[in-house]
Amino acid sequence: MTDAAMGNVAVLLSIGRHPVSGRSRRAATDAQALEMALALRPRRLTAIHAGPAADAEALRAYLGMGLERLTLLVLPEGADPVEALITHLRHLAPSLVLTGRQAEDGESSGMLPYLIARGLDAAIVPDVVRIGPADTPDATYGKADLVQALPRGQRRALTVTGRLIATVHPSAPPARASAFGPARRGVIEPVAAQAAADLFLSDCEHRPWRPKPKLMRVKRGGSALDRLKAATESKSGKGQLLINPTAEAGALAIYDNLVEQGILP
Amino acid sequence: MIATALTTVVLAVLAIGAALAAWQSRRWLAGRPATVGVVTGLRALPGRYLVDVHHVVGRTPFNARFHALVAGGFLAALVLLVAMGVAIGGSRILWLLLALVLAIMLAGALMVRHRRRVLRPRELSQGRFARLPLSLLGFSGCLLLVALDQSLGGVMPEALALVLIAVAGAAMADLVWGVWKGPLKHAVHGALHLAFHPRPARFHDGKGRDTGLKPLTFAPAEDARTAEPGSLGVERPVDFAWNRLLGFDACVQCGRCETACPAYAAGLPLNPKKLVQDLVAAMDSQASDAAYAGNPHPGRGVGKAHGGAALPLIGHDAMIHPDTLWSCTTCRACVQECPMMIEHVDAVVDLRRFQTLELGAIPGKAAVMLEELRATDNPGGRALARRWDWAADLSLPRLPAGGSCDTLLWVGDGAFDLRVQRSLRALVLLLRRAGMDFAVLGEEELDCGDVARRLGDEATFQSLATRNIATLNARRFTRIVTADPHALHTLRNEYPAFGGSWTVVHHTALLLELITTGALTVTKPVGRSVTFHDPCYLGRYNGEIEAPRALLDAIGVERREMLRSGLRSSCCGGGGGAPLTDVSGERRIPDVRMEHVRETGAAMVAVACPNCALMLEGVVGPRPEVAEIAELVLAATETAR
Ligand code: SF4
Ligand code: SF4
Repeated sequence: MTDAAMGNVAVLLSIGRHPVSGRSRRAATDAQALEMALALRPRRLTAIHAGPAADAEALRAYLGMGLERLTLLVLPEGADPVEALITHLRHLAPSLVLTGRQAEDGESSGMLPYLIARGLDAAIVPDVVRIGPADTPDATYGKADLVQALPRGQRRALTVTGRLIATVHPSAPPARASAFGPARRGVIEPVAAQAAADLFLSDCEHRPWRPKPKLMRVKRGGSALDRLKAATESKSGKGQLLINPTAEAGALAIYDNLVEQGILP
Repeated sequence: MIATALTTVVLAVLAIGAALAAWQSRRWLAGRPATVGVVTGLRALPGRYLVDVHHVVGRTPFNARFHALVAGGFLAALVLLVAMGVAIGGSRILWLLLALVLAIMLAGALMVRHRRRVLRPRELSQGRFARLPLSLLGFSGCLLLVALDQSLGGVMPEALALVLIAVAGAAMADLVWGVWKGPLKHAVHGALHLAFHPRPARFHDGKGRDTGLKPLTFAPAEDARTAEPGSLGVERPVDFAWNRLLGFDACVQCGRCETACPAYAAGLPLNPKKLVQDLVAAMDSQASDAAYAGNPHPGRGVGKAHGGAALPLIGHDAMIHPDTLWSCTTCRACVQECPMMIEHVDAVVDLRRFQTLELGAIPGKAAVMLEELRATDNPGGRALARRWDWAADLSLPRLPAGGSCDTLLWVGDGAFDLRVQRSLRALVLLLRRAGMDFAVLGEEELDCGDVARRLGDEATFQSLATRNIATLNARRFTRIVTADPHALHTLRNEYPAFGGSWTVVHHTALLLELITTGALTVTKPVGRSVTFHDPCYLGRYNGEIEAPRALLDAIGVERREMLRSGLRSSCCGGGGGAPLTDVSGERRIPDVRMEHVRETGAAMVAVACPNCALMLEGVVGPRPEVAEIAELVLAATETAR
């Protein structure tokens, strides 16, 4: 698959954090993004991390996947990486940028790929599980076939032309194991970068993560087929889509839903 | 005339054999350097042969006998023939002596023939070995006639005698050519291997047992780019140390390892004999396994494997398939049975080290486990505090840094498992009942690194080991007690290389001690028929097969023994990360072991290891009960309130 379409790929890699031990590690979906990039065997593959140089050792887990080198855009502690990444990517001009869907640490808003897509004026496709050069005979520069994950296990095939930013879904192929030898031998290349302090993040209150409360469901049961349907079918038509509702309308809709679910009398 | 012809033939064949052996040595000398005590090794050689090798060979008395007759007769005949050659001509006495040793050899050769033609054990290789009885009979038979005739004064026509000598010479050539490839190779290589063995401590002139894996030395991170090949495990045959290659080359294809291997018995794609032969074949430059004439790795044919001395050993089209490598449970049954003292497990771990440390090519669940282990210091990726959930109501005393206690209880990772928690609770209740002064490490206890190490992840192992050792060395205690033989082996035999040496005892030894000293009294003898499954890491790795049995006897069980028990016990399938690499075979290893249990007719199988408990309890269908030994002791020492 060393197609022209997949000639120049960049992967954005963040430093993850294990949910239980809090130890830094490779971020799960970023590692899957790197796996996807390695599987494409592009002519040029650039792996980039933007952040303080002090944390760089944690990036070695990515090198252990078979990368020879990794670019580190050195930012001061607490800086916003978006501008630095956009500047660097403009200079690299990759046809495809891959990254995880959401960081495991820091703001973890999942906004970074969108901001970068806006900055690069590129298309963005979230939650990709498969990617390859378009298999049309006239595969021109920057045309790619994608499979995107939708809720409830559904998939959607897409073809995208032009510069593309794709975020990787957890159900994409698992990342290969990181090996000790290449991780130690790989080179982290620091590049000085300009960045403004992230005022939003420094304003935020930091609290330990706790699991999201599970939604209560009632009216389970029925035949196995019913349960399978309930678990896999998307309920199009059911429910209502409110766009910019007033506070009252929104509250009323939630109230009605709670009554319908049997949670409120 | 006859004597001259005879000694000329013998000396010529021997000289060519020696030349071939010297040429042959280039194959294994191509390996990486190893430090061996040449003089001590050579001096220890006869003792090691007579004591250690005979100890193994003697387990099958028929084989021991024919080997003594054939090898003894052959060597004595050679000495006499050479002596006759050097001293020119033979006296009648000398001829008579020669006839005697040849008759001995002939008897042995007939036994060999009986074994190979009549008994035909299925683990024996054919191929070149099939000619062995013929060569032995040809050599000893023909020369016996000549020697007898000469000692009687020489009535046989000279032409006939010369023909007999020619036939014997040809037969001997076949035996000695074997130095190059085939039967007699093992005599030369086996002797050198005994002298230059990579684990001299395993022999009676050492500690008698040496089972801990040898640490890899990691170059400092700055030098990682220039580290030489072979420093992170073995990729190609030439990455093995030369004395390991020499060891593989000594294999006689007797198939004892094959018979003992639990993976082979369950139809997993691993036959330790073929594994060693794959390594032997791969020492040549253009290698293939086509000439191999024994049983294959189950489910994989013979003839498809290709390799070479400087080519990768592991791969789907290479000499050894990854499934073969990851089927091994590191149970050491093969090492225990091998008369050539080959160290299969070291080879498997060396090969795994390269796969894991250099390629990250670890099968499915094992890779996930290792990643969680690196991030959380336990294989399940759980909070270390949760190791103690099962003991929430037991208020176990914690041993802080700087603190001291008599006995430190090491619970291991089994503590995360519901089944194992039951037996740990039993152990804690017993310690309380006996009034022991004990404590636990609490959240400071990390995984001991056993599974990571067997899976080849030496880096993670060493990281865990050094931190555990620092924790333990910061505390004072008389001994460590654990119910997990894997932790026992790692702490007792593998941590010393990293600076941690303590007295480590298995809970079966401790409980026996408590009963014999009267701290625990047996009030309700069990009275049921029980068979004991020896954990590999307690029995073969540590030689502890007596204490669990004495303990069972003390609590009044009717003890039955499986055919394979003690040091020759058969693995439950739980070691070496095998449940994680999960290579599929015709059957599951624990099912095979449960068959052995059933054969005894015992109502219950007692286990002394969390892995064994999990593996054997996982056997479905009606089967004997599985009980951890501490649970039995708890029930038997119940005190009336
Ligand atoms: S490895 Fe040892 S036990 Fe196995 S066939 Fe060879 S000599 Fe026999
Ligand atoms: S260690 Fe056990 S499983 Fe591995 S090859 Fe030897 S006998 Fe077979």
